[in-house]
Amino acid sequence: MSTEPRLVQGNEACAEGAIYAGMRFYAGYPITPSTEIAEILARRLPQVGGKFLQMEDEIASMAAIIGGSLTGAKVMTATSGPGFSLKQENIGYACMAEIPCVIANVQRLGPSTGVATAPAQGDVMQARWGTHGDHPIIALTPSSVKEAFELTVRAFNLAEQFRVPVILLMDEVVGHMREKVTLPQPGDLPVVDRVKPTCSRENYYPYKADSDKTPPMACFGEGYRYHVTGLFHDESGFATEKPEIIDWQLKRLHEKINQHLDEIITYSSEETADADLVVIAYGGTARAVSRAVKLARQEGHKVGVFRPQTIWPFPEAAIGELAASGKKLLVAEMNYGQLLLEVQRVAAGRCEVHSCLQSNGELTLPDVILTKIREVYEHAPGN
Amino acid sequence: MLPEIEQYFRLEKLPHMWCPGCGNGIILHSLVKAIDKLCLDQDRTTIVSGIGCAARASGYLDFDTLHTTHGRALAFATGVKFAKPELNVFVLTGDGDCTAIGGNHFIHAARRNINLTTIVFNNNIYGMTGGQYSPMTPNSCRATTSPYGNLERPFNLTDLAIAAGATFVARTTTYHAKQLTDLIIEGYKNKGFSLIEVITHCPTSFGRQNKMGTPADMLKWQRDHGISAMRYENLTPEERADKFIVGVLHKTEAPEYTTEYQKLLEKLG
Ligand SMILES: Cc1ncc(C[n+]2csc(CCOP(=O)(O)OP(=O)(O)O)c2C)c(N)n1
Ligand code: SF4
Ligand SMILES: [Mg+2]
Repeated sequence: MSTEPRLVQGNEACAEGAIYAGMRFYAGYPITPSTEIAEILARRLPQVGGKFLQMEDEIASMAAIIGGSLTGAKVMTATSGPGFSLKQENIGYACMAEIPCVIANVQRLGPSTGVATAPAQGDVMQARWGTHGDHPIIALTPSSVKEAFELTVRAFNLAEQFRVPVILLMDEVVGHMREKVTLPQPGDLPVVDRVKPTCSRENYYPYKADSDKTPPMACFGEGYRYHVTGLFHDESGFATEKPEIIDWQLKRLHEKINQHLDEIITYSSEETADADLVVIAYGGTARAVSRAVKLARQEGHKVGVFRPQTIWPFPEAAIGELAASGKKLLVAEMNYGQLLLEVQRVAAGRCEVHSCLQSNGELTLPDVILTKIREVYEHAPGN
Repeated sequence: MLPEIEQYFRLEKLPHMWCPGCGNGIILHSLVKAIDKLCLDQDRTTIVSGIGCAARASGYLDFDTLHTTHGRALAFATGVKFAKPELNVFVLTGDGDCTAIGGNHFIHAARRNINLTTIVFNNNIYGMTGGQYSPMTPNSCRATTSPYGNLERPFNLTDLAIAAGATFVARTTTYHAKQLTDLIIEGYKNKGFSLIEVITHCPTSFGRQNKMGTPADMLKWQRDHGISAMRYENLTPEERADKFIVGVLHKTEAPEYTTEYQKLLEKLG
């Protein structure tokens, strides 16, 4: 890969990041604004000995990558809104059967077909709760082309480390934006592979984990001859309806993530130390927020930005700290208030929580956010 | 159980969950006999199934086994086979699993001619959920959701497979268990998508509602209605009306998907 900076599209960065991370199996179904990821991988994967498969729909794509992952491959699918809805049942299967995989969702305006080419961030809650039943989930959300690459690599690392589906929650802005970047060279970023069993077949329990709660994963075809199911199962992988085993499994699925929140959750904060107002934003919106905050600072307002890169699990501790310090919070997102709900929950009345919400197919502009920032200051008690 | 096939079962998982008199066990038996005759490496063979009574079969078999979501067995299996073509992959699916919720995956797997040996357990009903009609329930038959008789027409599954591009298509019944073993062997040997439809008796969900009698009566019905192509040829159109052919129905050659992809990799590599 070139060490020279070049113009790269967000979706291209995602595709290249996936290859960098070792992804060698992609299955998908085209949908705007994610299609470039498939097109690029259709060309690139066979060049590196990888497999590209265009399936008959998104349900099949999700199923195919799970099958691929079970043979040991790092796998991925990419989609947008309607396709993300279709993938949900099998995403739940991957949670339950603990199959590493990455699902890129380049969000577009919904509900339904909505506007195919319009930016939106309306899938935040679907990423969290889209599949039925209790389950933890990891979702990452990049806000630049460079970050699309880096977080794609991270998405694979987390998927492999914790044996989970990881959702790369992009949006149309980041997916279609082009920026001049130098893509990382081999070795620049860590690349994690799943842990495989070293024991004999007789001693292999596919769902028995040590204290880190993630069991080693055998490949199909390597002699372990084990069973995989979406039914609740015991350590051996076979179905059970015993409440105490169901309890054990569901708790472990949550603990394997909750015990590692420090490793999983990343975010960036800018100028939050002295701020009396912190804007919380992610993805495409975070870019407009950065600009708005700069302008607000020039006007003398002490405003900072908190930008989660890990959106699920929600960065509860960090936001809780902001709330406890009495800073005001302003959530800016391109939906009717999804992350806002989480911020309100964590703030729990300890600080003011404002919002700047837009869901009309247009990118929220810095001016709109700046106006909102001014409003918060104007209405502040004592003004 | 015959000692030569015991090694293919997870004996500790038996007895199975199927009703007394269910035909599914016969299919399983024919399958492992075929695998035994083919001398397949147990470590290099994967069994993929969907959801339903039929699909529970995977749990009893001592291979890498993948019990998936309803209707999606072929899509999961496509992923396994495409990622690791050297594995032998068998797909076990019910008539509802394969032709209703999974119908789209079925025609596309056939169209790709991907090397999967697919066995459809056709009991003409949604067995697991208690006997609702499926796309394979004959017209006018009773089901819990067709209490006045089924108004819909069933698929002709083998015709559908042929039209979609499957390169090996066969049909038989649980009565013809020996033939089933031979058909699975032949289907496996076909380098492409193979479909074997097995008409199996479900005394609980289909038989009872349609007054088919005992499991033995249902087997006799299969014997009397499933006949060879040669016998079928000699019947009058009236005599043919309630009969169906058992045996190989279609065999052809076409490029197999994973092989074609491998060629592409070699060309680019
Ligand atoms: C998405 C989804 N829809 C519905 C069901 C409920 N369901 C489970 S098995 C089944 C029917 C199975 O029928 P068939 O495939 O013919 O298998 P059989 O039980 O007859 O062997 C249905 C409808 C499900 N598990 N998942
Ligand atoms: S309901 Fe029918 S198919 Fe299911 S186990 Fe019972 S007899 Fe067999
Ligand atoms: Mg059925």
